[in-house]
Amino acid sequence: MDLTGIILYVANLALIAGVYAVITIGLNVHYGHTGLFNVGVAAFFALGAYVAALLAIPPPDENLFHAYKFGGDLARVLGVETIGIDIWFPIVLIAAAASCAILAYLIGAVTIRLREDYLAIATLGLGEAVRLVFTNEAWLADGTRGLPGIPRVLDNIVDPRFYDLIFLPVVLAILLLIYLIAQRLAAAPWGRVLLAIRENEDTVEVVGKNVFRFKLQAFAFGAAIMGVGGALYAFARHSITPMTFEPFIATFVVWAMLIIGGSGNHRGAILGAAVLWAVIGSSQFLPGLLSDPNMRLIVVGVMIVAVLMLRPAGIIPETRTRT
Amino acid sequence: MELIGINTHSVRDAVVSRIGERAARAAVWILVALLSAAAAWILVTRLDLTVIGLLIGGVYALGAVGLSLVYGNLHFPNIAHGDTMTAAAFVALAVMVTWLPETWSMNSVGMFTFPYTLFIALPIGMAVVALGSVLVDRFVYRRLRLKAAQLGVITLASLGVAIALRGLIQYIWGTEIQNFPRESKKFLRWDVDFLDTTVLVPPDMIFVFGAAVVLTLALYLFLNLTRAGKAMRAAADNEDLAAISGINVERTHMLTWAIAGATAGAAGILFAAGQGQLLTISGWKLMIPMFAAVVAGGIGNPYGAFAGAIMIGVIGEVSTEWLDPTYKPAVFFAAIIVMLLVRPRGLFGASRV
Repeated sequence: MDLTGIILYVANLALIAGVYAVITIGLNVHYGHTGLFNVGVAAFFALGAYVAALLAIPPPDENLFHAYKFGGDLARVLGVETIGIDIWFPIVLIAAAASCAILAYLIGAVTIRLREDYLAIATLGLGEAVRLVFTNEAWLADGTRGLPGIPRVLDNIVDPRFYDLIFLPVVLAILLLIYLIAQRLAAAPWGRVLLAIRENEDTVEVVGKNVFRFKLQAFAFGAAIMGVGGALYAFARHSITPMTFEPFIATFVVWAMLIIGGSGNHRGAILGAAVLWAVIGSSQFLPGLLSDPNMRLIVVGVMIVAVLMLRPAGIIPETRTRT
Repeated sequence: MELIGINTHSVRDAVVSRIGERAARAAVWILVALLSAAAAWILVTRLDLTVIGLLIGGVYALGAVGLSLVYGNLHFPNIAHGDTMTAAAFVALAVMVTWLPETWSMNSVGMFTFPYTLFIALPIGMAVVALGSVLVDRFVYRRLRLKAAQLGVITLASLGVAIALRGLIQYIWGTEIQNFPRESKKFLRWDVDFLDTTVLVPPDMIFVFGAAVVLTLALYLFLNLTRAGKAMRAAADNEDLAAISGINVERTHMLTWAIAGATAGAAGILFAAGQGQLLTISGWKLMIPMFAAVVAGGIGNPYGAFAGAIMIGVIGEVSTEWLDPTYKPAVFFAAIIVMLLVRPRGLFGASRV
């Protein structure tokens, strides 16, 4: 492989790792900060990706036998060609975040009052249910064929071959922005209440905080971040199908990233995403056994268990602040 | 307005709210009655779906009983349960297809499609995963338990175990569909004249259902009549109290894993034998209906899980009257949500909510 090839390969690795880092921050808001056991990351991952893709793509083309009925066409209507600037991109990201927050609100209103493991069971089902809707309802998003050729931001200023090099800084900038927002909120009174809920719910209730409302807000906030991550994933991959959101790749990998990096702090979440994706994304070049995709599964599973047993705080442990 | 120290407004409010509460309660009961009538109507008119659902519920029950037992005794949802089932099925398949001579699997049992070798493979597969479960507990869950790890951490560890186990299965056997040795047999036919319908039942499903009933009954007898079973229930109820009464709590945990592993093994093997084929995600796919059954029956209540499984099986099958069958997991998900909304303790009560 020549130098350009290597640079492009690394750029793609970093790009996907950055997208996963966004989603892992979302999970950290859920589990690391509030103790919400969400095993349905795939639900928000998928919803964010599909909402963003459906708003951006042009309406269905009869000649291509598309089964889906709606395409927002925002990439053209609010894009460079029409108004000179890609204003559609932030709009689509916000829409993805909002739709995930709404879904989280609805599901959370029912399940969040209950013990944490009930939420785990319910979200496990949610992940499957969302994927099934996109698999079965061809009119919605073309079913198993998925949505190819999703329009991309800043697509026309660079050779498509080098697109990742342009999109990488965009993703990293968004990651930084989300990190700063999440970090700020975690340090604010609101975030400190969440930490207190994680540590001891009853105490927080006794102090007079509405635990249910805080948990619901945290669930919606984390889900919104996951939605942005899903949207970025759709643009980074350029196409999505329901297969993209199988539980392993869309939920468990994110959990592994959070656990390995260090649950409870966003820097750990980002580092975990980078480390694990580097391992997963480059393992095809590893010698012998290690290049086997099933060996990859074993490695990810064993890593989760090993970190939980040997270094439960992850690579970057959460810093305990005393107030 | 104050009247002899009583705030009449609050009295009136209380009376109004009492009436409102009664009205609301009556409305709920009327709604429940109407829904039950509608459900009964569907169950009778689509008797074919009901019967199949009942039998599918048997498959879910086999797995759900073990899942509920671990949940009740060790207090966490074991996400690796489904993949444990798959592992047992692959071991059984290896026994039948690779280790035993091919000719042994030529003849099938009576009216069923599976060969006699299943009865050799079944105990071997059950034993292997029971042993595996005990070992995983020894090296993973027990250590976390002794460190007083939170529920979330132990659940996550079971997620790690599930992923690693799936990887191991796929590494050894690959990801293609595997066929179980079987001989095609006629479905059992039951003409219901007065309803003018015909119920067709694959004979294997009756076998699996029977096995589920026998297994649950055996578990019931074990938990209620034997010393070890009573110790297990005591430890599930209150570990500290059990420990100071002289019960070896760690041994009851080991026993729990052995039983859960063996029943999961039976579930995985019989499910695969009944289907005639096996995928590496077969067990995982049963997790959602099994969890639905566990929630419906009341977490930690194995007999409740059995009843819940039957209910979930019927609901899933009857839903195909209106919905595409691929939507079944979504139906189970809806069932979980409704159950949590209406009766989070489950039909038969859970230890804690």
